[in-house]
Amino acid sequence: MPYFENISHAQMDVLKEIGNIGAGNAATALSKLLNKKIDMKVPDVKIESFNNIMENIGGHERVVASIFLRVEGDAPGSIFFILPLEQAEYYIQTATSDTNFSFSKPPYAELSLSFLQELGNILSGSYLSALADLTNLDLYPSVPALGIDMIGAVLTYGLIEISRESDSAIVIDTVLTDDIKNKSDSVRGHFFFLPDPGSSETIFRSLGVLKDDNGGNS
Amino acid sequence: MEIVKVGIAELNVVKTPNSIRTSGLGSCVGVVIYDELQKVGGLAHVMLPDSSLAKGGIINSSKFADTAVVDLYNRLIQIGGRQSVFKAKIAGGAQMFNFTNGNEMMRIGPRNVEAVKEVLKKLKVPIIAEDVGGNSGRTIEFFPNTTILTVRTVNQGVKEL
Repeated sequence: MPYFENISHAQMDVLKEIGNIGAGNAATALSKLLNKKIDMKVPDVKIESFNNIMENIGGHERVVASIFLRVEGDAPGSIFFILPLEQAEYYIQTATSDTNFSFSKPPYAELSLSFLQELGNILSGSYLSALADLTNLDLYPSVPALGIDMIGAVLTYGLIEISRESDSAIVIDTVLTDDIKNKSDSVRGHFFFLPDPGSSETIFRSLGVLKDDNGGNS
Repeated sequence: MEIVKVGIAELNVVKTPNSIRTSGLGSCVGVVIYDELQKVGGLAHVMLPDSSLAKGGIINSSKFADTAVVDLYNRLIQIGGRQSVFKAKIAGGAQMFNFTNGNEMMRIGPRNVEAVKEVLKKLKVPIIAEDVGGNSGRTIEFFPNTTILTVRTVNQGVKEL
C-alpha cells in the first residue's frame, strides 16, 4: 500500500503548516539577505505522480537553478529550493554587483556560484531549522548541493528513496515571490519538501495527529 | 509522424516514421533497443538499478533496470522486432550532485548504468553507442528510421549517437 494513503485533513493541514513555517522562515532570511520584501504564497500540499511533479513546475526539460539538501535524522527527506534562471541571475547581479552575469555565458564566475550556493544554504537551513523546532525532531542537513540543469534531472534525486515504494510523492510546495519581479508568473522560487516514506508518520506522531491516536478518522 | 513521450519509470515502443523521446534524464538511464531493418525501437526510462530495491506492494516493472529492459525487449518482439538483430544505445546515469557523506543511494546514476549493461549482456543485445555518466541532465530522442539517438544537454547542445 502506498505510504501516503489515507492522509486525513488534519494531517494535510500539518503538512501545509510545515511549508508555511519552513518557507516563512526562509523568506525572512532571504528578505534580510537581499534587503527586499519577499512574499510567500500559501503552501500547496499534493500527492502527485513523479511526472506531474515535473510538469507542474514547467516540464522535465526546463533549466533551473536548484539547491538540494538531504534531510537526515528522525524524518529523512529532501528539500529543494528551485529558482528560475532569470531570478537566480537577478539575485546574483544584485548581490555581487556583476550586472553582466548570465547563465547563457559560461563559464560562470566562481563568486557568483558561491553566492548562489550560500543563498541556498541559508534558505534551506532556515527551512529545516523551522521544521525541526516545530516538530521537536532531530533533523540535520547534508551539505547543500547546487545544480544548474533540467528539472527532471535534478528533482529525481529527491525521489530516489520514495521511488522504492511508490510512483507518487507527497509534495509540500511553497512559492516565494520577489515583490519587484512578480509581474510575470514564471518568476518565482519554489521550496519543495519531499518527505521519505515513513517520515510523514513520524512528523504526524510528533505533532499528535497520527490517525491511530484518535481512531476511525478517515 | 509523431513523437512518443516516455515519462519517468515508463517505457514504450514505436515504428518508423515515429520517434520516441524522454526528457530530463539525470541519474536515470534511457535504454533504447531497436531492430534496424524492421525500423522499430523502444525506450525505457530506468530509475533504479534492481527490483530487489522495491519495498512492498505492486512493482512498476518499468522503473527498475532488471525488469524494464526485459519488458522492453519483449514489447519490441510483439511489434515485429527480431531479437537476434537487436541492438542497444544508452544514455544518462549522471551524478548530478556530489555528496561527500557517501550515501549509497546518491551514487544511483553509475549503479543504474552498470545494471542496464548487465541485463543487456544477459539478453545478448550489443550496445552500439553510449553517452553515460558526467554531471549533466540529458534529453534523448530515438529515430528508428535512421537509428540515430540524439542527446541534448544544457551546456553541450545536441549530439548524435
